Amino acid sequence: MNKNRPFFHYLTIGAVLLYLLVPLLGTLIYSFSTQWHKTILPEGLTFHWYGELFSDSLFLKAMGRSLILSVGATILSLLIMVPAIFSIVVYAPRLEKFIQALIVLTYAMPGVIIAVGLIRAYSNSGMPMVVVTVGAYFVGILPYMYQGTRNSLRNIQAVSLMEAAEILGASRFTAFLKVILPNIMPGVLVSSLLSFSILFGEFVLVNLLIGGSFETVQVYLYKKLNVSGHIASAIVICYFILISILSSIIVKVTRSRKETL
Amino acid sequence: MKKINGMLVASLIPFLFLILLFLFIPLFFMIYGSFQADGGTGFSFKQYQEIFQNEYYRQAFKNSILISLLSSFIATLLAIFATYSITHFSSRIQNRVLIFANLTSNFAGIPLAFAFIVLLGNSGLFTLLFKHFGWETLSSFNVYSWSGLVLIYLYFQLPLAVMLLYPVYQGINKHWKEAASLLGASSTQFWLRIGIPIILPSIAGTFSILFANAMGAYASAYALTGSTYNLVTIRIGALTTGDIFAKPELGSAIAGLLGLTLVVAMLLNEWLTRKVRRDLS
Repeated sequence: MNKNRPFFHYLTIGAVLLYLLVPLLGTLIYSFSTQWHKTILPEGLTFHWYGELFSDSLFLKAMGRSLILSVGATILSLLIMVPAIFSIVVYAPRLEKFIQALIVLTYAMPGVIIAVGLIRAYSNSGMPMVVVTVGAYFVGILPYMYQGTRNSLRNIQAVSLMEAAEILGASRFTAFLKVILPNIMPGVLVSSLLSFSILFGEFVLVNLLIGGSFETVQVYLYKKLNVSGHIASAIVICYFILISILSSIIVKVTRSRKETL
Repeated sequence: MKKINGMLVASLIPFLFLILLFLFIPLFFMIYGSFQADGGTGFSFKQYQEIFQNEYYRQAFKNSILISLLSSFIATLLAIFATYSITHFSSRIQNRVLIFANLTSNFAGIPLAFAFIVLLGNSGLFTLLFKHFGWETLSSFNVYSWSGLVLIYLYFQLPLAVMLLYPVYQGINKHWKEAASLLGASSTQFWLRIGIPIILPSIAGTFSILFANAMGAYASAYALTGSTYNLVTIRIGALTTGDIFAKPELGSAIAGLLGLTLVVAMLLNEWLTRKVRRDLS
């Protein structure tokens, strides 16, 4: 490594990191300050806002609803998407082009667009909009689940593994359950955590499809913005801590896999 | 005759069913709705005509395209330099920076808009600081203005740009640089004649992804001022769910045009990615 790096390199990275860090730091300090309207530094520090937040039953209920939606969609995709991707990669590789086209389509249809179609299709159909939202989430995380599952299947050479298992007398389903699944689990877990953390922060679909009747953490935060800035910043910090924990698990799992390979 | 693969069929049916139900059916309803007159009374091009004739909706497209181009341009430019600088550090530090970029890329929408209100809102931290030092021009900065929105867009574009461009520099082979310098090329000459031509398609591809990302963004602008910004996504949301001004057919048509813009951006990216000369590496 070149030890005498020009100052320029520190400057560019420093500028980017600073820009990304400052809003987070500001929110962090704000969430711990008693009052901060006129002075350049907060008038005092307190845990009060966090206490108030976690004793608000509306917040805890909103948390529960967010978990139901994002965990529900993630589990649904584990049960339905992972086996489907497995079958396509192993038995019908020609269909991978089709999945990739689907992925481009999901990128071209962000929340706002798909919400318009979902409202037109299902708002008077009798299907509960909560179910519709979970369905839309299922479609939305396809790119991440596909990427993770397919890469894991390639890494363990699933096609040869399946052949070996079947020669030894296992049925396709047994082989998938007992041989493939335990081996791709770390990769699938990483994709699931990633999907979950993306869905947990989702606002557009929830707001447009069910916002009024099904208040998730994001909707709760939106309503708190104009009520109490301190509580809103406490929510933002809790949310960021949650994503940080999920991301660090993702990094750990990915790294330990790389070492064993 | 080939035996039907039970595993394949059993796993594909529920998957395709859900995709049909929550991707293709809404897509169909949206496109179908966009070709209906108000209230769904028969086939008509009226909605598309309305978009092109009504100054307000043309302005929404103009605003969305402008803020997307501007934020993508600044983010790509910053990321080109910052990512190049990252490659000069040890792999340990490179990893840390990438993890941080990955982490902050999740920080978007409502929480992000709020963080900027805390910093630059009416009694924001920086606003107070600037007032204290008497810097009038800075303390009168309004986060609810267009420039405030550009700062927020830049925040969620920047980590994405860094993550997309980082692998690009890995593709620049060290030996090419050595070969070029042995043949007498200066560093500037290397970048002008070899480096930049090689990475240019990837940079343009990154730019088109960022552009699509910004065009589809909704939550940050909505969090700042509700429905007052005249952006395409905000208009779609207001037209589809607004109680008084709901015009779902017009909303569908705008959504259709936005979708078309995004498809073009994605295809451009695919085409550019294919232009990257893989035969060299």
